[in-house]
Amino acid sequence: MPDMSPEKNPMPEQEANVRNKNFLEVAKGYDADTAKSEAARCLNCKNRPCTAGCPVNVRIPEFIAKIAEGEFEQAYQIISYTNSLPAVCGRVCPQESQCEGKCVRGVKGEPVAVGRLERFAADYHRENSAKEEAAVTRETNGRRVAIVGSGPAGLTCAGDLVRLGYEVTVFEAFHKAGGVLVYGIPEFRLPKAIVQGEIDKLIESGVKIVTNAIVGKAISVDELFEEGYEAVFIGSGAGLPQFLNIPGENLLGVYSANEYLTRINLMKAYLPEYDTPIKKAKRVAVVGGGNVAMDAARCAKRMGADEVYIVYRRSLEELPARREEVHHAQEEGVVFKLLNNPIAVLGNEEGYVRGLECLHMELGEPDESGRRRPVEIKGSNFVLDVDAVIIAIGTSPNPLIKSTTEGLEANRKGCIIADQNAATSRKGVFAGGDAVTGAATVILAMGAGKTAAESIDKYLKSK
Amino acid sequence: MYRIVKKRILNEAGTTLEMVVEAPLVARKCLAGQFIIFRLDEFGERIPLTIADYDREKGTVTIMFQPVGRSTQMLAELSEGDSILDFVGPLGKPTETDGLKRVAVVGGGVGCAIAYPVAKAMHAKGIEVDMIAGFRSRSIVMLEDEMRASSTNLYITTDDGSYGEKGFVTDKLKSLIEAGREYDKVVAIGPGVMMKYISLATKPYDIKTEVSLNPIMIDGTGMCGGCRVSVGGETKFACVDGPEFDGHLVDWDELLRRGAFYKDEETAQKEHVCRLTGGVRHA
Repeated sequence: MPDMSPEKNPMPEQEANVRNKNFLEVAKGYDADTAKSEAARCLNCKNRPCTAGCPVNVRIPEFIAKIAEGEFEQAYQIISYTNSLPAVCGRVCPQESQCEGKCVRGVKGEPVAVGRLERFAADYHRENSAKEEAAVTRETNGRRVAIVGSGPAGLTCAGDLVRLGYEVTVFEAFHKAGGVLVYGIPEFRLPKAIVQGEIDKLIESGVKIVTNAIVGKAISVDELFEEGYEAVFIGSGAGLPQFLNIPGENLLGVYSANEYLTRINLMKAYLPEYDTPIKKAKRVAVVGGGNVAMDAARCAKRMGADEVYIVYRRSLEELPARREEVHHAQEEGVVFKLLNNPIAVLGNEEGYVRGLECLHMELGEPDESGRRRPVEIKGSNFVLDVDAVIIAIGTSPNPLIKSTTEGLEANRKGCIIADQNAATSRKGVFAGGDAVTGAATVILAMGAGKTAAESIDKYLKSK
Repeated sequence: MYRIVKKRILNEAGTTLEMVVEAPLVARKCLAGQFIIFRLDEFGERIPLTIADYDREKGTVTIMFQPVGRSTQMLAELSEGDSILDFVGPLGKPTETDGLKRVAVVGGGVGCAIAYPVAKAMHAKGIEVDMIAGFRSRSIVMLEDEMRASSTNLYITTDDGSYGEKGFVTDKLKSLIEAGREYDKVVAIGPGVMMKYISLATKPYDIKTEVSLNPIMIDGTGMCGGCRVSVGGETKFACVDGPEFDGHLVDWDELLRRGAFYKDEETAQKEHVCRLTGGVRHA
């Protein structure tokens, strides 16, 4: 009989006032008993709405049943059959709008904690079974595929193609593989050792990763074909930061969220043994309301800021960040300045940030996004007293590849145009993830990588 | 890993070094005016350096640098045969040489290491190049033979008059222009202040002036936005839109301020001597 408790087993977490001073993981994960108890809440219903809600179609009720039986390794094997990065997804997927959002248990009470269980199975595997795995030497079919970018889209595509027998090389511009998983998402939400573990598994399975290789500069897509790659997948992400285009944005102490997070996450500015410099700002305004804004605000708190504000022009209702992230940020002492629109960064005589001038807003009629449009309240100007401003209002695809690949079509926003099979306007070139959609989520990028792998397989088999 | 195949000290005072590094992926396509980013070891920063030369056949790239911050000081400690952990490029846009007939290339101090390959690329295309190279004093003069071979006329100035002509590069450029030399373009590469004053000097004559900027950056591919500069009132990213810009349009005061943002941290880093290793990190 399923456990009919209406609530999820709570996730053990570091206490808010302790964790906002360290970079250790916030959520500690279920233990075996809690995992079994949570798994028992699954009804194992026939039509599996959860699986349909998963962009990579993890066979959710099956793996949960294995956890309930205490067969944790088998649970992991079921997940990893369709998901190349389970430890990552269990931590950063927006389950509330995917698998858990579709869960029947969610109709009355809380859904089954699919994400927490996925994380449990992946962590169990890493701690107990991973080392026993012998490196499997796989027969390859000798056909080569190049992948541009080692973020979630590229890694998923690579993992699936290697499994199908292809020789896969991933080209990464940075010195470390992982894309947004290593430069963007902070350690306390996604420990980098876990990302590295997933990447190591892909390497063991035969994926070749070349770091410090900028496709579009050092080598073009056309040259990849000349070198014998038969298909190319572009998963180069949305790396170009947007700014507000308001006065004072180039003052000292204004960062893009990309820069701020990269300094901390990839370049480890929070660890004394690393040379990366970072200013220890005392009062920080983060402009934007997405997950990246929450990450930046929570990092600023951990870097020692006394006051950290989220400045967002709409209300709590429209805040695009995951509820969990907002909740965590609030617990950690981040102050939400909602319905506030920044209009200028103010500086002192030496050019350092001294404040952020904002206007109060009110909500008007819904706009094209369906959200109520924020309208300025005239004369409501005020200055937020801050010494650093982090702009987290979104990113666009990096133009490097598009501008160096003839015949590769992109839309007005610079997003590469790809059909539902991830095929682009260029034969043999596939694309997916943020490079196609603009900034979105890890799991959507993984879903696109998966689709692309299937399409590339089909394309090469018919070639 | 990227092996250092050659190391050479470029001047009497030993303030500037040349290293030839094995980096085939960079060497196959790089052009004058572009740059690389290196990271010495796991704990190091990502530091941009302009490409001074390259050998496509051997797959090597030459960099020249003055050890000023921690990373370049540690790089200077390495010897031939040692390796650098990361070395990525080519980044940025190459120098434009199309349609030019007569150009003045102005280098200041270590900037000559970057100005020299630009002069060389132009000279090789048959462009007449007046190269003006300025140094503080004789002991830091470098690349004289190389610059002479890459220019039509070479003028060396020193601030103290200990070598070449006494004075600043701005004075020399002005006197050449006043004497009737006509240039399609002036290329100025050196410290920010020098590039600013060269740009101010050429403005009244309305000579197109290109400067090569080297602001603080992380990735070099347009991702961090740390290298933004105001050019003609517009924000540009030096890494992808540059590094060369119209010197008459650059907001110099902003550029100089942004370049000094981490000065305190840099000083603290340099003053910190590790008790275990005596200053040098062993990765």
